[in-house]
Amino acid sequence: MSFLASFFGRKTSAPVARDRLQILLAHERAGEGQSELIAKLQEEILEVIKRHISVDQDKVQIKMDRGTGVSMLEIDIEVPETRPAVKTA
Amino acid sequence: MAKVLVVTSGKGGVGKTTSTAALGAALAQTGKNVVVVDFDVGLRNLDLVMGAERRVVFDLINVVQGDAKLAQALIRDKRVETLSILPASQTRDKDALTPEGVARVIEELREKFDWVICDSPAGIERGAQLAMYHADQAVVVTNPEVSSVRDSDRIIGMLDSTTERAKKGEKIDKHLLLTRYDPARAARGEMLRTEDVLEILSIPLLGIIPESEEVLRASNLGMPVTLSNPTSAPSRAYFEAVRRLEGETLDVSVPTERKGLFDWLFKRSVA
Repeated sequence: MSFLASFFGRKTSAPVARDRLQILLAHERAGEGQSELIAKLQEEILEVIKRHISVDQDKVQIKMDRGTGVSMLEIDIEVPETRPAVKTA
Repeated sequence: MAKVLVVTSGKGGVGKTTSTAALGAALAQTGKNVVVVDFDVGLRNLDLVMGAERRVVFDLINVVQGDAKLAQALIRDKRVETLSILPASQTRDKDALTPEGVARVIEELREKFDWVICDSPAGIERGAQLAMYHADQAVVVTNPEVSSVRDSDRIIGMLDSTTERAKKGEKIDKHLLLTRYDPARAARGEMLRTEDVLEILSIPLLGIIPESEEVLRASNLGMPVTLSNPTSAPSRAYFEAVRRLEGETLDVSVPTERKGLFDWLFKRSVA
């Protein structure tokens, strides 16, 4: 039957479901406190940045993208235009 | 030695109550003394599925709080004499269930019955935790569908960590009951196959209940499906599941409806 489906150009959906679940559950089992980790990272990264530049908390975006081989932690900080109040001289 | 079994799933609407009624009735039909306990306080439905909705006087909360004796709250099934139901309360809040009260009721039920089957509410909150806390065994009801499998995985994690047995460092026997399964769709790659779900959840398979009209018909009539039509495909699957619960080793297959030519013609003309 599956060859008929592919003949008509429609891919079967169950293998996609299985793969998505396997990736998702591997991550969910690995870390129950994953969302806590992201919140903590956000807090601490912001703290470090604040020591040098004044940034708005809302301007810091932290995202997690979980893949099979690689997971990506994306940190996006919008720095204000004004020069940071750091004395170099 | 009585066994306490929780029927749980995390996700709602996958067939916990239907399966509790069917497994409970099937065990009782083989002569075991069985009580099915509804833990879904505020949204009780086991009484309705079992056809006992007009006979409820006292409920689990009344017994937990000491307002009624256990014997007053138990409803004896009219069709199978070894089957009883302990209904949930429809009006009370789920906070009315105390861990101490539930422990006392379960202990008392263990003395009276061979099997105590607890129908868990959906979710992972207090009600679900209390329903699974005293269990020796668990039936995890799962549909071959992504959200149901994910929630089952979560529930399996809870069974291994938050139950009384887990806290004592003992094992809790977990069984997978795959419900609403359509073998034809699975063969066409349109539905997760049994092997996929087993590989992902990695707990032993108790049975595969095929999608069937008989299940709705049974709940319409207020009868467990194993009573309303004992030879139907889902009933045969439940009877086999019960034999596995009793420790028998049987190959798992998906029972199919034995259809006559007339059924076949009729179905064609409707479709």
